[in-house]
Amino acid sequence: MADEDAIVAKDLTRTFGRFVAVDHISFDVHAGEVFGFLGANGAGKTTAIRMLTGLLAPSAGTARVAGHDISRDSEAVKRSIGYMSQRFSLYEDLTVRENIRLYGGIYDLTTAQIRERTDRMLVRLGMTDVGGRSVRDLPLGWRQKLALSVALVHDPRIVFLDEPTSGVDPITRRQFWELIYEAAAAGTTILVTTHYMDEAEYCDRISIMVAGRIAAMGTPADLKQKFQVDTIDELFVRLARPENTPATERSS
Amino acid sequence: MTGPSTGSPAQAAVLVEGLGKRFGRTQALESVSFEVKRGELFGFIGPDGAGKTTLFRILATLLVPDAGRAQVLGRDVVRSLWELRDRVGYMPGRFSLYPDLSVEENLRFFASVFGTTLERERDQIAPIYRQLEPFKDRRAAALSGGMKQKLALCCALVHRPEILLLDEPTTGVDAVSRREFWDLLGRFTSAGITIVVSTPYMDEANRCDRVALIQGGRLLAVDTPRAIAQSFDRPLLAIGVAADRYRVLVALRQYAHAGTVYPFGAVLHYTDARRDVPVNQVVSDLREFLRSSGFADLEIAETPATVEDAFMARMAAPAAVAGEAGHG
Repeated sequence: MADEDAIVAKDLTRTFGRFVAVDHISFDVHAGEVFGFLGANGAGKTTAIRMLTGLLAPSAGTARVAGHDISRDSEAVKRSIGYMSQRFSLYEDLTVRENIRLYGGIYDLTTAQIRERTDRMLVRLGMTDVGGRSVRDLPLGWRQKLALSVALVHDPRIVFLDEPTSGVDPITRRQFWELIYEAAAAGTTILVTTHYMDEAEYCDRISIMVAGRIAAMGTPADLKQKFQVDTIDELFVRLARPENTPATERSS
Repeated sequence: MTGPSTGSPAQAAVLVEGLGKRFGRTQALESVSFEVKRGELFGFIGPDGAGKTTLFRILATLLVPDAGRAQVLGRDVVRSLWELRDRVGYMPGRFSLYPDLSVEENLRFFASVFGTTLERERDQIAPIYRQLEPFKDRRAAALSGGMKQKLALCCALVHRPEILLLDEPTTGVDAVSRREFWDLLGRFTSAGITIVVSTPYMDEANRCDRVALIQGGRLLAVDTPRAIAQSFDRPLLAIGVAADRYRVLVALRQYAHAGTVYPFGAVLHYTDARRDVPVNQVVSDLREFLRSSGFADLEIAETPATVEDAFMARMAAPAAVAGEAGHG
């Protein structure tokens, strides 16, 4: 099982009434890979992520996440993954240490494990002095770095990061990406969404969703060559507005 | 060029001097001074928490400063708030339309608040409303992120303001919708409306006539985007990296002469710590170090600095630097 891909999605589909939000998407994410999951607002990313994290049942198709079937075993999926987003990650009224203890407890870590991981995490983040401070009092960039570490506290095989760097200053944004690389180098699989197109270039592979389908997938370098563009930003603009893209260049 | 109907053309659209605002222990704005000319597209570029929203609320007459003064269209924002509210269009950062009203109902409501009607103002909002019309009966809550922003812009424009204050209109919006939004702004400035806009996306700086870089309640610079990029005062090198970006980055952390190394799209941006060494020497030393670390044949070339490079160079270093700062 250790060699199995972290995510294997086959024809994953979700409809709401007559609207097809996710339309037969198939892709694999390898263990330890940083996978950029891109798309315009409304393209279906959030619906796909809700299915992959066991929060929403697919209408058709299947996916295995960390070796567990998302339809039959969504509880096991939830235990094997970490999740953070710009909107929700930490409890602002709790202190830094309390947040770590809460998440450690939710994931059934022992008191000794929680204590040891808390200390290690605070040293790594340079936050030993602020362990007793409310999260509300931390600058956004610190909060987001802490949130990523908390999402990793139970050593999940996969972590889903939904616009984790939105509004973060440019230096902290890059420090955040170093934490992502570090987690990936330690074997954690990362699925990340972002509206910063320079960050798309930081991923091992990316997919670009358009109207519920995956319109392009590959390494940033291969995709730029295939579509003859200089940046992923350029590619994104062409794909997200299909009327501007010649049919011959659309990947099937 | 003829100026708007009120005020002289030479008068600044916005004039701010020594502005300060404090909330409890937080100094949200400190000694902020700048001027926006009539018809200008002026951008505030900075991360969350920089003070952008506080500044916009003061300019929109919704918040009173503790220190300094601010004039919009030649009027003091504290003393002349009622006059200014008719002449200013303000789009707050948080989506603030009525989610249960339809697109058209929201527009009619905002028009009526300003004593006008949608029919009378249709030409004013036509370029945007055309894109919204297919969804005019849809509840605002059910619109996509990009469409919500366009509706909010329409509502801010419907009373024909002379100046638009747009607080982070593109935050959380995808790269394509963002581009379309900026194209729309260009049309309104060519129609003579002054636009003051804020954004956390550094690449959007180039869409503005002039920008102010803002961080921690202070302005770091005010100039044209080109001049700000050119103010970057040392040679900047781009190192081509592909799948091995992280390993190259880690290796360069050990390089004695490394100044700054930041991932930048497909490349790493590198500055040398030595100020007095010619750039070709810097390149050959760097090439030699990378080769000895197992990275042969990486492409290294001098590259023009961007607004983002300049912003980072001017930023006060954050106290807790991941991995390096220890106890900050």
